[in-house]
Amino acid sequence: MILINCPYCGEREQSEFSNGGEAHVARPKNPEALSDKDWGQYVFYRSNPKGIFYERWVHTHGCRKWFNAVRDTSTDTFLKIYRLDDNRPDISEFKSTLKSPSGEPSVGSGNFAVKK
Amino acid sequence: MRKKYSFLSLIKNAFTNNENWEKMWESPDPKKGYDVIIVGGGGHGLGTAYYLAKEHGIKNIAVIEKGWLGGGNTGRNTTIIRSNYLWNESAHLYDHSVKLWENLSEELNFNMMFSQRGVMNLAHNEHDIKEMKRRISANRLNGLDTQWLDTKQIEELVPIMNTKNLRYPVLGAAFQPRGGVARHDAVAWGYALRSNEMGVDIIQNCEVKDIKTDNYKVEGVNTSKGFIKANKVAVVASGHTSVLAQTAGVRLPLQSRPLQALVSEPIKPVINTVVMSNAVHAYVSQSDKGELVIGAGTDGYNSFTQRGGYDVIEETVRAIVELYPIFGKMKMLRQWGGIVDICPDASPIISKCEVKGLYFNCGWGTGGFKATPGSANVFAHTVANDQPHKINEAFNLERFSDGRLIDEHGAAAVAH
Ligand SMILES: Cc1cc2nc3c(=O)[nH]c(=O)nc-3n(C[C@H](O)[C@H](O)[C@H](O)COP(=O)(O)OP(=O)(O)OC[C@H]3O[C@@H](n4cnc5c(N)ncnc54)[C@H](O)[C@@H]3O)c2cc1C
Ligand SMILES: [Zn+2]
Repeated sequence: MILINCPYCGEREQSEFSNGGEAHVARPKNPEALSDKDWGQYVFYRSNPKGIFYERWVHTHGCRKWFNAVRDTSTDTFLKIYRLDDNRPDISEFKSTLKSPSGEPSVGSGNFAVKK
Repeated sequence: MRKKYSFLSLIKNAFTNNENWEKMWESPDPKKGYDVIIVGGGGHGLGTAYYLAKEHGIKNIAVIEKGWLGGGNTGRNTTIIRSNYLWNESAHLYDHSVKLWENLSEELNFNMMFSQRGVMNLAHNEHDIKEMKRRISANRLNGLDTQWLDTKQIEELVPIMNTKNLRYPVLGAAFQPRGGVARHDAVAWGYALRSNEMGVDIIQNCEVKDIKTDNYKVEGVNTSKGFIKANKVAVVASGHTSVLAQTAGVRLPLQSRPLQALVSEPIKPVINTVVMSNAVHAYVSQSDKGELVIGAGTDGYNSFTQRGGYDVIEETVRAIVELYPIFGKMKMLRQWGGIVDICPDASPIISKCEVKGLYFNCGWGTGGFKATPGSANVFAHTVANDQPHKINEAFNLERFSDGRLIDEHGAAAVAH
């Protein structure tokens, strides 16, 4: 069971929230000049890292406000939660325990006991 | 020499307490290089090696697996097999697979325990009925054996089902009699055994760290056992495929999420078909050992923790208990998760890409077990000839820019 710290309400159970996918995906500024390939990238392609991921959440069954989070997708640990009007935190702030792109973290994946 | 399994070999090995069965495949150290390296030792990867060796005469192949064979989604799935998908492209691909399943035990001389006990998709509202009847008509035009069942016919097939006293009553079902279940490990082991006999190297406990390319041409893979050269690299790593693609500078439109399943204590036979319901999200079949095999949904966010959220199983179990009140007091024995690679149109990608010699077979998401032999068969063709087989032509990467999506959300949803 994961707890998410809503910037407006505090810690609540994850099932109160809905995920909005990758954060900071900007709508293209020059739509008329975009190729089909570029449109495809904007519409269908999102990053899917194992490790540090910037994403959006909304507190559906609470205040219904949107906010951003940085989460390690290999352990589901929330590294930072910030408001939409906050700046995107720099990736150098966060450390992943992964030794290779598709390796397993030292603790926290479903293949190992979760010890904290 | 071809290892043979038969009733006689069972008896013979019973006399020695089953301690003298020969090893099914060798575990060699990797060679310096191969014609083809397949990344991922699940059913699709091992099957690809088998068809490359058998149908295309390429034998200098390695299958590289980070953990153990079938330890990914192949060994974690609920094994539902069917082909009643909406669009022509999908119907052809999935039925190619069902046809191969029908002869796979004989072909590999290894028991797939393929049981064509039928697969039923329940309708719970007016929209479900319309969508399913449309799909049945489309299936019929593609020569598939799907048919509509009314509530009375459902009750005859599954007497333990509560069809009326529940929030979303059962109004009918789409039924495919040729659908069913198979033994998950057997397909991985059978392909491993027979491809190893043809000279394929099977390398377990070896992680591919990145794919090495030079000027849009593949050179090999860096692994935990060092660099291995390859003319062609075929990535079949389900949830991890997009992460590996990224190391070669290729972006794939995939999102990785945990999908869960659970099994109960074993009981006497009570349900002899597979029943799925997308609307209330619960599906169940009974294994030959007697356990109920229950599939839950995906978590609502990307994750690589092979675990899954508790609220997701709770939702499924609620629906199961409402549909089958007699399961209410049963104990569940095990629960687990697998990381599935979800594609925007709920259809797979079996394709080459902008890097020469690099191929992907992924995006099977929540429903690729059924496709194992068919997918492996057409992927081997794609890798061997550097161009797709007619059956997987449409499952390319270009569809995400030219718009020719194969939208199977209705047929796939999360159920399989
Ligand atoms: C709970 C659950 C239920 C499901 N139910 C059904 C169902 O009823 N019917 C159905 O049709 N489908 C179902 N599916 C989907 C199905 O399991 C998959 O689509 C299918 O098994 C994928 O097979 P695969 O061989 O492509 O992948 P996998 O079996 O996952 O194999 C990929 C392999 O790649 C390996 N790998 C990953 N990264 C690396 C690396 N860096 N280096 C080396 N190896 C690596 C992994 O360890 C893994 O063994 C279900 C899935 C889950 C999780
Ligand atoms: Zn809130």
